[in-house]
Amino acid sequence: MIKTDILIIGAGPTGLFTVFEAGLLKLKCHIIDALPQPGGQLAELYPKKPIYDIPGFPEIKAGVLVDNLMEQIKAFQPGFTLGEVAQDIDKQEDGSFIVTTNKGTKHHAPIIAIAGGLGSFEPRKPPIQNLAQFEDKGVQYMIRNPENFEGKSVVIAGGGDSALDWSIYLADIADEVTLVHRRNEFRGALESVDRVKELKDLGKIKLITPAEIVDVYGSDHLEGVMIRKNNNPEEDFALSTDYFIPLFGLSPKLGPIAKWGLEIEKNAIKVDNTLDYQTNIPGIYAIGDVNTYPGKLKLILCGFHEATLMCQSAYQRIHPNKRYVMKYTTVGGVTGFDGSKKEAPKAVVKSID
Amino acid sequence: MQDVNITIVDREGVIHEVEAPTDMAMNLMEVVRSYELAPEGSIGICGGMAMCASCQCYIESDTVLPEIESDEEAMLAEAFFVKENSRLGCQIPITENLEGLRVRLAPEEI
Repeated sequence: MIKTDILIIGAGPTGLFTVFEAGLLKLKCHIIDALPQPGGQLAELYPKKPIYDIPGFPEIKAGVLVDNLMEQIKAFQPGFTLGEVAQDIDKQEDGSFIVTTNKGTKHHAPIIAIAGGLGSFEPRKPPIQNLAQFEDKGVQYMIRNPENFEGKSVVIAGGGDSALDWSIYLADIADEVTLVHRRNEFRGALESVDRVKELKDLGKIKLITPAEIVDVYGSDHLEGVMIRKNNNPEEDFALSTDYFIPLFGLSPKLGPIAKWGLEIEKNAIKVDNTLDYQTNIPGIYAIGDVNTYPGKLKLILCGFHEATLMCQSAYQRIHPNKRYVMKYTTVGGVTGFDGSKKEAPKAVVKSID
Repeated sequence: MQDVNITIVDREGVIHEVEAPTDMAMNLMEVVRSYELAPEGSIGICGGMAMCASCQCYIESDTVLPEIESDEEAMLAEAFFVKENSRLGCQIPITENLEGLRVRLAPEEI
């Protein structure tokens, strides 16, 4: 069981900055995120794109902002549970919460800060009837144990990097790899595109373009897919396969949090914006793009502000009897949990002879 | 600068005649959001970077539109429910040339 003061769900800019504001109040944080790396959308969707409305930064690349935030919070030693989705929440008798991820990792904290942005990134599923019926029975959206494909036939759909890279990888393991894409052109790293062409010429990858999977069939387990060539139903043909792996990238979904009993409006969590961004469940806050209130703007800078107020409220919940006034970092410096101390240099008092 | 008249058929098939400003640097996705013709959170998810297809629409008039650039092309190659006349609304800036444009919003990806 991981124990912390504030359990943050979402490692985007708002979640990361929460660690800093909590750290100033000597509160420890742990962050859960579905993605394997911190940064949320900024790292996953647009690390190389510039942002122009971070106060004090006329221009900063999204990836650099994430790096800077990670550097800023380092001294407060946040814990991370990455690549896991916060799934269940259990309120304890003392008012604290236990949050369990989809992989069974348990986290215990008196305060939950949901900084989930647009939600957790999940694979985009093509709109094919019966697809859900064969999930984990031949249909999968990511590849966990490549050795399972040994001696099997695999159909991969998609035209981006992951479709190309997995086709190349599985060409050596699986018995038969078929790559189906809606266009003749692929969008990926040049060497991946070239390698797929080589493997196609060697007969190790079968390429079917322009085409898409329109149906899947089988009994208990997937047995094959129906492929439509040239967008023409008359050219439909069946291809038997053990596995079908649609790789169309990720899209954010509110996910399991939507079932936590929180008030949801417009795909976002309703909070009290007049005070501290708390949800309808005391002790659970929602900050950043994931929340909504009258006049809400989904901006990073608003997330930073919300995180700051939220931490003050969390402090009062954790220490109801302690008196506290906010202190400027310029005055108080920053004392990390790692023993580091940053502070403004003291002026010297010395007479000049 | 003048507003242009655009017809937007929403995901339920309801027809909306709207006026879109040409002087606010808006795009078609933002016009749909400003008139709340699709639920918030179901359109413009990536904010207009051509990185999701939540603003996909079908162009139903013969209005001349700006050409599809590579980001939009790449996203449409991966999107679902794509047709010959598919475009991403976020990549269509509102200009005077759009007078009389008619578009239909593509279904939401589940």
